Amino acid sequence: MKTILFIEDESALQKTLGEVLKQEGYEVLSALDGEIGLKLADPPAGGKKPDLILLDLILPKINGFEILKKLKDNEETKEIPVIVLTNLEGVGDVDKAIELGAKTYLVKAQYSLEEVLEKIRKTLSE
Amino acid sequence: MESKEILAQFNLSAQCKKYGLSLWQCPQFLFLIMGIIIIGSTLAAYAIGNQYVEDPLVVALIVIFITAILFIISTIITRSFERLAEANRMKTEFISVVSHQLHSPLTNLKWVTEFLISGRIFPVSKKQLEYLEILKENNERMEELISDLLVVSRIEQGKLPFKKKKIFLKELIEDKIKKMRPFAEASNVEIEFQTKGVIPQIFIDSFQIELVIDNLLDNAIRYIKDKGKVEIKLEKNDKNLYFKIKDNGVGVPRGDQKYIFQKFFRSENAMKHRTDGSGLGLYIVKSIIEKSKGKIGFKSEENKGSTFWFTLPII
Repeated sequence: MKTILFIEDESALQKTLGEVLKQEGYEVLSALDGEIGLKLADPPAGGKKPDLILLDLILPKINGFEILKKLKDNEETKEIPVIVLTNLEGVGDVDKAIELGAKTYLVKAQYSLEEVLEKIRKTLSE
Repeated sequence: MESKEILAQFNLSAQCKKYGLSLWQCPQFLFLIMGIIIIGSTLAAYAIGNQYVEDPLVVALIVIFITAILFIISTIITRSFERLAEANRMKTEFISVVSHQLHSPLTNLKWVTEFLISGRIFPVSKKQLEYLEILKENNERMEELISDLLVVSRIEQGKLPFKKKKIFLKELIEDKIKKMRPFAEASNVEIEFQTKGVIPQIFIDSFQIELVIDNLLDNAIRYIKDKGKVEIKLEKNDKNLYFKIKDNGVGVPRGDQKYIFQKFFRSENAMKHRTDGSGLGLYIVKSIIEKSKGKIGFKSEENKGSTFWFTLPII
């Protein structure tokens, strides 16, 4: 069973997308802020690392850009694909996230739930 | 203050851009113009005074008097425009902040509604589905409005992102027509697309030009009553690509035509046919075309239809 780490501070989205992912057969780890997200991305020895990270950019404690940098600087987490899931639409934001190592950048407002699911399935099958 | 910051204060164009107003409404530009007028008037008053008045003290008093009057007038004028400019800047910023903040709860609503409609959490009856579809449709309307407001505020702040790349406009239009076809068929509207000759690539922001085609095609379909046809033509015209979209819809009354590209304007004719709509679409279209160094125009006849066209420079 593949594991997805969902770092998102909006509990409504955690609940909705989290439930859909569980129904799709994924194990979902939830983090409502960046600090918890980083801990779950690189758990202590014996812990299961996620196969994919869904990352919001506007987060409490540590923002998504900083998280991306820390994930890519860490040998244990740098290979985990990251899909950025945000409402920031600026070209500068997209470029910055991709430069910092995000695999895909999705503006939430532009995608339906099914479309996001499809992107997740595609990334995990690669 | 660092020297860079000091120099930035003298960059009139940048200072004026942040207000989103024309140069002649920009307080810094007006202050400069008034300054030039005051200096010119002072020198002229001195020269004329010297010629016709013997007493130099009287000349000095006249010059001081005229300078003081002009200074007071210019201060009043620039202060008024400063207040106007600041109000405009704050309005634009407010729209940007609020629109951005509204995106999040609207996305939450959208996904939860989609989740409920999917029947993944519990089976949904036909009646329940009807009401959920109403929620979904209205959510989409709000999202469209928020997106339009965000684009408009970025245009006004001069922050509309423009990432150019080479594209084949013909392919983009074909793709858009394919996506709009179900909507067109449901509205009893036929779409015909013709090209003439070889259509070369253009160097443009594909996301922005998609917005343009979306808006023009959506308007053309929506403003056709009952049954109709939308004809789209694309051809090379000297150093430009020429795009034309013609519909046989409700048209725009002559008296409204000069306002058609203004923000929030909707002609009475359009309002009778369709009460929803932000009136921002054509303002956005015009801004994008002009930013892409193109030109846009239209002709229309009430109850007969409209033809919109634009040109874009070829690479």
